[in-house]
Amino acid sequence: MQELTITSGRMNPGIDPVLHAWGWEIPVYLFLGGLAAGLLFFSAYFYLKGKENTFVTAVKTAPMFVPVILGIGLGALFLDLSHKLYFWRLYTTIRLESPMSWGAWTLMFIFPLSVLWSATFLKDVFPSWECKIPFVARFIEWLKKKRTWMAYGLILFSAVLGMYTGILLSAFNARPFWNTSILGPLFLISGFSTGAAFILLMSKDEEERKMFSRIDMVLIVIELFLIVHLFMGFLASTQVHVEAAQLFLGGPYTAVFWTFVAGLGLVVPLLAEFMEFRGVHIPVKIPALLVLLGGLILRFIVVDAGQSSRWLYKFMQ
Amino acid sequence: MARYAMAIDTKRCVGCSDCVAACQTENNVPIGFCRDWIVEEMHGQYPTLDLEIRSERCNHCADSPCVRSCPTGASHYADGGIVLVTPEECIGCKACIVSCPYDARYVHPEGYVDKCTFCIHRVKEGKDPACVSVCPTHAFIFGDLEDTNSEISKVLRTRKNKTLIPEAGTEPHIFYLI
Repeated sequence: MQELTITSGRMNPGIDPVLHAWGWEIPVYLFLGGLAAGLLFFSAYFYLKGKENTFVTAVKTAPMFVPVILGIGLGALFLDLSHKLYFWRLYTTIRLESPMSWGAWTLMFIFPLSVLWSATFLKDVFPSWECKIPFVARFIEWLKKKRTWMAYGLILFSAVLGMYTGILLSAFNARPFWNTSILGPLFLISGFSTGAAFILLMSKDEEERKMFSRIDMVLIVIELFLIVHLFMGFLASTQVHVEAAQLFLGGPYTAVFWTFVAGLGLVVPLLAEFMEFRGVHIPVKIPALLVLLGGLILRFIVVDAGQSSRWLYKFMQ
Repeated sequence: MARYAMAIDTKRCVGCSDCVAACQTENNVPIGFCRDWIVEEMHGQYPTLDLEIRSERCNHCADSPCVRSCPTGASHYADGGIVLVTPEECIGCKACIVSCPYDARYVHPEGYVDKCTFCIHRVKEGKDPACVSVCPTHAFIFGDLEDTNSEISKVLRTRKNKTLIPEAGTEPHIFYLI
């Protein structure tokens, strides 16, 4: 028998009895960051493929949402800070060992880049819009010539952004459930999948829908594989990692994860998209919404479960 | 360069919590928070029970995940390997809090992240940290590991000792004499 107690009492707010340093802000940001990464990646990729007039929604319309999505995500991140007035300290240094620093600097590049990228498509999306300021109009014209370069930059930074949302968590070895290198690719793929779902939701074009439905199916299959690998890795690892996996295999997160993330967020939309592919008519909005919702819930669960998995003081839970 | 560390004799500690109170007073720790705490760990089955009492705190790790994860450099190594937070550089992102396997940090009500400082203000004056100096059973030994003649170096050479979860890979510098 082993019994532990903290006899002096320890109830530090936010730390005990279960770590709750990060609330809703971080998962919301991780979701929006992944979604923005997906949208930017598809926009830039299909632009470089010369499909700007075939996949209009993906290349031209979707980027219009990105600055808003990233803006809300950044707002959530700011709300999470407990020493808000010092946030500028992020930009007085570069700390290569800190994923948070990488993320802050990535956003510093990708946010303005996404604004400029969407500005070059404003006239395509809103034909009646006219830029009243001659200087800005000239600047946008100049930018249009640089689209190829911007697209290469976006592909690089969107991959970093999508990957980083997972690496941010996986870098913490103190939280066994986060401490797996699968989390980076899992969040990247999930982010791209939510991006594809977002495009599916908006697109009116049959060919574009078919394309993104197919892309989404591939991404969902990869995501399911990664989830299986995630748990295989944990179960083959140390005691704390096995315990972390058990949170999802019989523990408190079992029902919510396998129902909402794996079931409704991945398997059901995959089947729906597959049946649609085989000719059964299913409104495309249903799988798309499910994927988006599943992606959001995945991040909430992962952020929460990570904070519930620990090395010490397990008796406090 | 000094390398400060602490050895805590579990055979002497009676779990009186004096170190906890001393820390709170010395460092003006806000009410409801603590930088150190007492853990009692019981092993075995009656009548062969074994009780270990430990005074726990930040381990001032040599490979600190909190220093690594800090995006601004607010968490840093000060003189003697003491891990500190500079409040004016801390943005309150809480990455260090989640990175600590010992759960030794918390958000101070003023917004920045706070933790045990090894009473660096006292150490600089040549004094022991507050928790060490008040211990009624002299269970603590604080000192410099670089100095092979220091009391802590000697005791770690002669007494059986352990650190908490060394497998977390942070090179903790609080040693428990067992």
